[in-house]
Amino acid sequence: MNNKSGKKKKRVIVRSVILAILISAIGYTLYNNATADDVNLLRVGDQAPDFSLMDLDGNSHRLSDYQGEGVFLNFWGTWCKPCVEEMPAMDRQYEEYYEQGVQILAVNIAQSEFEVKSFAKQYGLDFPIVIDKNKSIMAAYNIRPLPTTVLVNPEGKIERIVTGEMSEEDIAGYMEEIKPE
Amino acid sequence: MEKMQCQCGHENPPGTILCESCGRSLTEKEQNSKLVDMRYEGTARRSQTYNKSIIDKIWNFFSSVKVGVSIIVVLLVASAIGTILPQHMYVPATGEAAIRDYYADVYGVVGQIYHFLGFHDLYSSFWFIILVGMLAISLIIASLDRFVPLHRSLKNQRVLRHYSFMNKQRIFAEGEGAEDSFQKAESKLKELKYKVSTDKNGLLAEKGRFSRWGPYVNHIGLIIFLFGVMLRMMPGFYVDETLWIREGETRSIPDAPGYYLESESFALETYTGEEEEARFGDAIERVGSVVKNYQTDVVLYQSQEGSLPGSADEKEVLTEYPIRVNQPLKFDGYALYQMDYKLNELKSMTFVLTNKASQEASEEFTIDLINPADFYELEDGSTVELLGYYPDFDGFENGEPRTATPLPNNPGFLVEMVTPETPEGETSFIIIQETIEPFGENQYELKFQSAETRHVSGLTVRKDRTLPILGLGGLIFMIGVAQGMYFNHRRFWIQQKADGTFILAGHTNKNWYGLKKDLDEVSSFASLPAYTDQQEEIEKQEKKEGDEVK
Repeated sequence: MNNKSGKKKKRVIVRSVILAILISAIGYTLYNNATADDVNLLRVGDQAPDFSLMDLDGNSHRLSDYQGEGVFLNFWGTWCKPCVEEMPAMDRQYEEYYEQGVQILAVNIAQSEFEVKSFAKQYGLDFPIVIDKNKSIMAAYNIRPLPTTVLVNPEGKIERIVTGEMSEEDIAGYMEEIKPE
Repeated sequence: MEKMQCQCGHENPPGTILCESCGRSLTEKEQNSKLVDMRYEGTARRSQTYNKSIIDKIWNFFSSVKVGVSIIVVLLVASAIGTILPQHMYVPATGEAAIRDYYADVYGVVGQIYHFLGFHDLYSSFWFIILVGMLAISLIIASLDRFVPLHRSLKNQRVLRHYSFMNKQRIFAEGEGAEDSFQKAESKLKELKYKVSTDKNGLLAEKGRFSRWGPYVNHIGLIIFLFGVMLRMMPGFYVDETLWIREGETRSIPDAPGYYLESESFALETYTGEEEEARFGDAIERVGSVVKNYQTDVVLYQSQEGSLPGSADEKEVLTEYPIRVNQPLKFDGYALYQMDYKLNELKSMTFVLTNKASQEASEEFTIDLINPADFYELEDGSTVELLGYYPDFDGFENGEPRTATPLPNNPGFLVEMVTPETPEGETSFIIIQETIEPFGENQYELKFQSAETRHVSGLTVRKDRTLPILGLGGLIFMIGVAQGMYFNHRRFWIQQKADGTFILAGHTNKNWYGLKKDLDEVSSFASLPAYTDQQEEIEKQEKKEGDEVK
């Protein structure tokens, strides 16, 4: 009898293990499938990919140079209405938080220098604007819809990824999140 | 459940139909039938024997062939439904909300339901993935449940079988033989490549046992194939992206970090129908024009090691290549395919500055629509300053011109023109075929002269690291099919009884004709008693009875 119940126990264990492995494989596949459509390369908590771009005044901005500061990385284009609408609010909050160690980098997606310059002039934007001429930053950050804002904390890690338009309150709140202590 | 003890003394697992050792029928149903059921050698399908815990119940569910077949049928029906309306990548909408609206707008309620249930993106629907996963579980468990006892039974089979096992085989013979029949049968069977083992007065000849493993090998292939498909959804294994690139542009290749592509030109050639191509003349006349070649000439770059994205560092030229249909550019596991194109996108526009009254015109000057300069100096000292540029002008918003996209589909320019006659400057807003003069009538205007265009190539970026796994799965699948289809597991049992008479039985999993051919050869050589095909006898009997009833 002992032998028999031992065998039965073994059978249940073997079956449970096989079923658990197979079911978790399905679960993992479902998880990968669900996340593949969004930001499949970047997730909150990842190190923000480093890059180096020229701004309109010819100054080079390298992300890792801002280690110790929060970076508000905004991807935009002049054709994108919500991008244009949040710009003035970003500019106002930039005045507020620049002193507190939050930098804005507005990454334009492959437009001409003329368009970006006249846009910045028209709206009187003070924060640095860089142009991603061959869309390599866009690819590295896997940006799909515009606007997308990636918030990088002082450790250089991604704190939050925001897609869609932000209100001025949102912007202030996000800057608060990535402000150095 | 208790173990089943056979009269011969062998202990069989519960649920066994035929004794593993001697072959006696162990169930009443089996004892009353004319022929034995040789599927799985009469072993206990393990799942049917235990049904106690929840784990056993789940296990038994997946072990059922009925369940497996039902899952396949559901998958087939779902796949068929998925072809009724177009899949989401083929509808002219991007973004989740736009796609949902498209199905609702174009196909009404049916479209809404279709989208809601995930049929628009079938292979990524969670329920479809779960079903495929369940099929995989079913394949594994059903195979395990059958393979293990079958293997055990074939390993344990005894040479001497009980009379009731022998006479219920489809091929059976009983009667007189010659004195040396036993030895002669043995040698003939060996000659026919049978593996012969003897025990006292009995003989077992066996050939092609491995064909019994065919279905399980086949299932292993399927599982490997499904595993490869599963890997496709993991980052890094599978890339299928679209890259739109214009002549003269350099773009970072999506999902291929560090690689950049420059398009030098795109060409679309058609057959001329002349000279060597004269044989296409009829076809060209019939359909208008026939494309001969789609080609994008590209340069592939790689950024230097340690170089950051976006930096102006030199990039290394890896190769120059003409990408044509079915001739992709291959590098580092990636392939770039020519998939699509768009002809004649505006690239630059040429104007002259004209005095409206005298119609006197300046020399031509060109505005680059991709990277416009902001100041144009003309020979007579006039200047044109670009104040605003809207590549895809679609109207004004709060008095501001707006662009709908970054592409120069409908360029609009806000310019200030200064001439010796109008040193104050005149402002005008120019779009194709139209000039707006916001601050009153101007003396000068820009007149459109000509435009240059460029072509756009649609390339597909593909990387598939799962192909070797899929290939391996397919290969094993086919080996399994061949193993089970083209080879048969044939067995003969021969016993010489004490009175010198013989009993003989034969079994094969398929191809009874081949088995009989072998047996004919052995019987005539060793003068064994003539056999009957008992199944044919039964069928004849039934037919006869049926005829009598009529």
